[in-house]
Amino acid sequence: MAIDVVDDRFDATGHEPVISARDVRVWYGTTRGAIRAVDGVSFDLAPGETLGLVGESGCGKSTLGRGLMGLLPEGAKRDGQVLFRGQDIFRLSPKASYRLRGSELGMIFQEPLTRLNPLMRISQHFEETIKEHEPRLTKDEIRERALEVLRLMGIPPTRYRSYPHEFSGGMRQRLMIALALVLRPAFVVADEPTTALDVLVEAQIVQILNDLRRNFQTSLLLITHNVGIVAEACDRVAVMYAGRIVEQGKVAEVFKNPQHPYTRELLRSTISLHTTGLNYIPGAPPDLVDPPDGCRFHPRCPAAMDVCATKNPVNIERAGGGRVECWLAGPEDQIPEGGKRPLKQEELTVADEA
Amino acid sequence: MAGLRSTLTRPFTDTVGLARWMLVGGVVLTVIFVILAIFAPWIAPYGFAQASAHGVPFPKVGHPSSAHWFGTDRLFFDVLSRTIWGARTAMEVVILSIFVCVVIGVPLGLASGYYGGWFDRILVLIMDALYAFPSFLLAIVFSFLLTNAFGGSVLAVSMSLTAIYIPQYFRVVRNTTLSAKEATYVEAARAIGASDFAIMRRYLFGNVVQSVPVLGTLNAADAILTLAGLGFLGLGIQSTDAAEWGHDLNRALADAGSGVWWTGLYPGLAIVLLVTALTLVGEGLNETLNPTLRRRRLLPVVMPGRPADLPTGEEKH
Amino acid sequence: MTGAPLVAVRDLSVHFELRGGTLSRLLGRDTGTIRAVDGVNLDLAPGEVVGLVGESGSGKSTLGRALLGLVPATSGSIHLRDDDIADLNRRQLRGIRRTVQMVFQDPNAALNPSMTVEEAVGDALRVHGMRSASERRAGVITALERVGLSPVELFLSKYPRDLSGGQKQRVVLARAIVLEPELLVADEPVSMLDMSVRAKILQLMLDLKDELSLTYVYITHDLATAKYFCDRIAIMYLGRIVEIGPTEEIFAQPRHPYTKALLAAIPDPDPDTSVPRNLPRGEIPDAAQPPLGCAFHPRCPEAVAQCGWESRDLRVLLEEHWLRDAAAYDEEKRIVGDLDHLDVPSTTASVGSGGSAAVRAVLDGVKKEDPGEPMWKGVTAMEDSGSGVTMHFEPAEAPALRRAGGVDVACVLYPDEGAEGS
Repeated sequence: MAIDVVDDRFDATGHEPVISARDVRVWYGTTRGAIRAVDGVSFDLAPGETLGLVGESGCGKSTLGRGLMGLLPEGAKRDGQVLFRGQDIFRLSPKASYRLRGSELGMIFQEPLTRLNPLMRISQHFEETIKEHEPRLTKDEIRERALEVLRLMGIPPTRYRSYPHEFSGGMRQRLMIALALVLRPAFVVADEPTTALDVLVEAQIVQILNDLRRNFQTSLLLITHNVGIVAEACDRVAVMYAGRIVEQGKVAEVFKNPQHPYTRELLRSTISLHTTGLNYIPGAPPDLVDPPDGCRFHPRCPAAMDVCATKNPVNIERAGGGRVECWLAGPEDQIPEGGKRPLKQEELTVADEA
Repeated sequence: MAGLRSTLTRPFTDTVGLARWMLVGGVVLTVIFVILAIFAPWIAPYGFAQASAHGVPFPKVGHPSSAHWFGTDRLFFDVLSRTIWGARTAMEVVILSIFVCVVIGVPLGLASGYYGGWFDRILVLIMDALYAFPSFLLAIVFSFLLTNAFGGSVLAVSMSLTAIYIPQYFRVVRNTTLSAKEATYVEAARAIGASDFAIMRRYLFGNVVQSVPVLGTLNAADAILTLAGLGFLGLGIQSTDAAEWGHDLNRALADAGSGVWWTGLYPGLAIVLLVTALTLVGEGLNETLNPTLRRRRLLPVVMPGRPADLPTGEEKH
Repeated sequence: MTGAPLVAVRDLSVHFELRGGTLSRLLGRDTGTIRAVDGVNLDLAPGEVVGLVGESGSGKSTLGRALLGLVPATSGSIHLRDDDIADLNRRQLRGIRRTVQMVFQDPNAALNPSMTVEEAVGDALRVHGMRSASERRAGVITALERVGLSPVELFLSKYPRDLSGGQKQRVVLARAIVLEPELLVADEPVSMLDMSVRAKILQLMLDLKDELSLTYVYITHDLATAKYFCDRIAIMYLGRIVEIGPTEEIFAQPRHPYTKALLAAIPDPDPDTSVPRNLPRGEIPDAAQPPLGCAFHPRCPEAVAQCGWESRDLRVLLEEHWLRDAAAYDEEKRIVGDLDHLDVPSTTASVGSGGSAAVRAVLDGVKKEDPGEPMWKGVTAMEDSGSGVTMHFEPAEAPALRRAGGVDVACVLYPDEGAEGS
């Protein structure tokens, strides 16, 4: 089977980060108390780099994406510092954030049909977007810009005046990506962009996202639950669990040498063409209104120690580059006497299952 | 039992602000009227068609006095008693009519939405036609017809009200059924071999009737007004059959010219209060049961403080 | 396969009528049919796990539902031993519901929100005549224990909203097995569950298969789980089976170009592999107007002359050309004219309004850009007509399944030993 494979991973060393997030928290207000959906997340993103944010449902990855863009529902509060080209976007006035959104910060959603106005032609979508942020362009210039970005997405110019429902699912997602990119934003958040698509179309979109880095120098935060997509489309990966990033680093490094037990278990339970046995993680993610003491993964961790149930692990540099927060990786001097004893765990039954 | 209690109190605990006070106010007021209705024989000082007591006839159009708090009207009846007995009449009529509406309208809507086809089309045609008519005119027509059949009684008036309100229950339940029957669990019910009847009863019914209580309460409010309107026009219930506020208002018209205010004020006030109460309950229920309108009492989010400057390298909790 | 099959599907077709707009119905215009399942033959041996793998629109879900009688068959037969499911009426169908059951995809939607676990699972028993509540309870408890929901008393009175995704799917499984069926049709049973739970439910299903001697039809779009779970796999595309054979054979040597593409496109967590570059272009076509000839030909990287080329392929080619060469678009569009008429499928395509010579020049330019494009092989004639050019394509039928090595494949690349010539 002759398939040519091109490896175009990005090397981001030495560049000033486009996005620098520190201790980001996004909490939702509910009738029971605050859900700590994102609880202290820090990461950097270099220009032209793709960071895969991977985790299961309820880990907070979508919330983080929306929190960064400022698209949170009523009753949610965010905290922390996110520097975009030196400016803290969390401290901007609503008007200034509004101006940034679209032109500098873009977002790609999961279900494209619900995000495009069914009453507007594609041309109108583009005209509205471009005019909003660059009011001085003429109609022809706008058309040129739109057609060019559509061309890069593989949408022929004959379809410029069609309505969204006249496109198939994959084409609509390309439309969404085109709309998000037409203003050349420096940073784009893609929230599960391929989850609703078929396998072959998903591969096409992954290809497009790969080409993005080369053509547009856009930094991409790719949010997904699909570990395979991360391996194919991302330079670095951040594994999220219960509101925190438990491990992050270069994709090849983290996937070959996972240091956090959750990363290891997640990779083990992923069913791929090479799977020889079925593995799963017992139990379920914790209640985010009242997370457990210490490390949030400890009730399900096969390697938990006594210290894991009492003290929050420290976020340290991991062997091989990147960061990890797990007592198994240290730092040794902060583990109290006897803390390394294996933890006596309550057995997790089906009643605790996810 | 705990489940039932929580379901009943949920409208109160889940709401906040204006919605809650609307609901509470409405419920309190409605309960007062219900008590008046149930205990009328004990609360009202006199009967509704009583023109004398202990052999002494009541004054005609007498001013409010210690013996007659709300005065008397031209037929020698005590206004206070008639107002209280009027609550009973209103309750009887409205409860009966809404009950029959639900018993007929909901199953029809369910069956119509589930089966579709020509059965559905015919029913929709009939219901839409009924709905399209100005409701009050229709009530008058039905009231006429049914009074000839049943006589001027509570039953006749109730049935004319039922006829004009049924289409609403039908539509609401039919529309909800149309979308609910596409749900996977209905397909699953078919997969295990459940009959149409079993599917409608066990799988669809509980999931399509959420709008009915709100509809019922708001209809009740409208029904009181329609009833009063019919009585005002002299249709339906006669003064000697039962006390009816609208009918009393009709008689009070002539009195207004001669400066007699008490015969009209109290029945009118009763109508306004009860209708407002029921509307408040209905709208309040709507706010709680309708998830899109509901503004839940979200606890405010308070994040623990942090040191002023954030470390950029190693992180500490 | 030794012994009689449990289920024998012959020439099954399930077509859905499209309800066109009022205008088209008034004018008596053909509103179109969606051929969700189009001539499928399949045998299920007792105790085997057959996978139906395909993307959306492949017909796998419809085929699964037809096996239960949940959708009416338009033609063909489904023999469950001696009964033809396609022929039974409502009442008779209820009888086979004891033998064939279904596991649904979305655990959140497959359970009635106003029924407890006991009521939901017990309803299957009640519907089939078990009137005694205590007997039903016993049956429910057995089923819940089989699916691992223990302690059982804890779960009996719970509502679906109190359960997690994995637990709900177990309840769905319990409901399916409480009647002790022989065949279980599982429609994407784990695709809506988190990765960490998928393996558990799949393992449970495998255990149940052995415990209860079940036969499975496993419907999925995920080849990776199918590889692990199934004995035989049938790859479906637009209502037809395009390749079917034992799992190892399919994965070791995929033959149909669609199968090859599916295998190559699966995202792999191994960071050393990458997305392949020559993926099939385009997307799944409109099921109401499938491509002429082989349904996969517009996207196939290995297509040949006899694949059933038609007018729509010409349009796609022109549009791709303009994607590559944006500068020429305005000029050439004027020469070529309006393309909407090409959307009516036909083996003749007339195009152009700027003079035959100019149109030929444009077409030659397109051909020169990529002379290897398979469509050109299917052109039998090209003649001047009016102010443009008319192209004729070689008509072709959709290929039937034929034997190739250890599998059956529906592709002209593999010679049909049964047919005359080749």
